Formats: sequence, C-alpha cells, structure tokens
Amino acid sequence: MLEQDWIWGFVGGLMIGGAGALFLLMNGRIMGASGIIGGLVDGSGRSNWGERLAFLAGLVLFPPVLALLYGTVDTRLTDNVWLLIAAGLLVGFGTRIANGCTSGHGVCGISRLSWRGLAATIVYIVAGGVAVVAFRHLFGVI
Amino acid sequence: MMRAVFSALSGALFGAGLLVSGMVDTVKVQGWLDVFGAWDPTLAFVMGGAILPMAIAWIVAERRKTSVLGTPIPAKPNQKLDTNLILGSAMFGAGWGLVGLCPGPALAASFLNGVSGLVFLVAMVAAMVATPALRRALTAIGDTAWTSAR
Repeated sequence: MLEQDWIWGFVGGLMIGGAGALFLLMNGRIMGASGIIGGLVDGSGRSNWGERLAFLAGLVLFPPVLALLYGTVDTRLTDNVWLLIAAGLLVGFGTRIANGCTSGHGVCGISRLSWRGLAATIVYIVAGGVAVVAFRHLFGVI
Repeated sequence: MMRAVFSALSGALFGAGLLVSGMVDTVKVQGWLDVFGAWDPTLAFVMGGAILPMAIAWIVAERRKTSVLGTPIPAKPNQKLDTNLILGSAMFGAGWGLVGLCPGPALAASFLNGVSGLVFLVAMVAAMVATPALRRALTAIGDTAWTSAR
C-alpha cells in the first residue's frame, strides 16, 4: 500500500513540476502559491492581478471536480479551531516574510539551484518536524 | 488573455498534482514530518517528481530569456541568506507541521476541507494582508532602536 502511495506521489509530483514548468515557460512566472495569493490580497501584485486570479481559480476549482472521480477524498484535517487559527497565522505571516513556501522555495527554487530556496526548505522542514514531534509526542495535541 | 488562460491551466494542473500525489491528506504530510513516528516517505517522492520537470524548464527558460508569451524570465534573486528568510521559514514550517497544510494544498482543498479548511484559509489570508503593516511596524521599531543607540 505504501509503495503505491510513493508511485502516485511521484506521478503527482511530475504534474506539480509540469504545472510550474508551464507557468514559467508560457507566462515567465514562478509558481509559488503563497506569493500568488499573497500579492493579490496585500495589493503588491496589482499589475498582474488577472493572471494571479486565473491561477487561483484553476487551483481552487479543478481539484474538487477531479475529486468526484475519486468518490471521496478524506483530507483528515483537524477540527481543533485554535490549532487551525494558529497554523493559518503562522503559515500566512511566515511565507510572506520568507517570500515563499513549499512550491516557490521548494519546487521552483531548488530546481534552479537557488541557495535561498534550499536554505528555506531545510528550515521549514526542520521546523515542521519539530512542531509535529513536539505537539504529537510531547504534548499529545495532534 | 492568453496569459490568464495558461495561468488557469497551470493552477488546475498544480491542484490536480497535489490531489493525485496525496499532498491534500494532512495526516500523510504530518507523517512525513514525524521522524519519530511511522515515517511516511511519500513527500520525498513528490518533491523529487516535481523538481525534475522544473529543472528542465529552468534550463530552457534561462536560454530563451523570455517566455513564450513574451514576458521576461525572472532573474535569480540575490542569494544572500537573511533573517527574514530564516525566521519566516521557521514560522511557516511550525504552522505546516501543526495541521499539515501549506498554501498550495490549503487552496487546492478549499472545497474538500470543510469548515476547518475555511478557518485555516481565513487566518492565513488575514496574516498575508497584515504582513506589509507588520513589516513597516518592525522596521519603525528597528529604526528607533538603531537611532537611539547611536
């Protein structure tokens, strides 16, 4: 079962990278989720808001259509409101201060041999690991 | 117009990839971060799979200088590591680990995560809206400390 997950992970990864490649080669833009939505909501991306909105429309609207083929998709997201708010704030502030998230720094940065992208990726993976280990095994919250 | 079309196509393919790869499953993502639990290596395969076509795209793009639709290929940013990059990434990582959501999958699963997903998205977007003001405030405090120290 796990091995099959890895194959689908790799296939999905190729699609994610393909999307980034399409966005770069056609539009000349870096596919970073936090940057695309962040620039739209804080006004810094006013000059190309249509392009941002179109990307978000595709990203938000297509997966639920595709999910119909799967029957049900269980995302197993917590229903702890305080955890959700804390995590949302940390992700929102953090990605905008660092100027990127998993897609921008991780996928688009590392593939360009960007040291900043690699450094950011190492830091957020370590921080994520510490958070999971602490809140799961030490505090037993998640 | 063409830019919007290809932008929407990229977004849709990105979302499809996140769904197919299992990255919208928050427990799976946390399982990859949980090195002391039942470690799930799937995310490493997703990252590897994504970096492969993207690396080829960068090689092609940097040779072409402009995109197919005529926009310039973004220059490689200054490679200096700064406090914002490290501090921001640490904050982001902590939030990512807490609930297993990063911006891409959070948006892709807007209609799959129920009310919990909306709570996360509202908090995330609110923080994104507030970031420029926070940045200005911190700079102001920093400037005061700096000038009074002199």
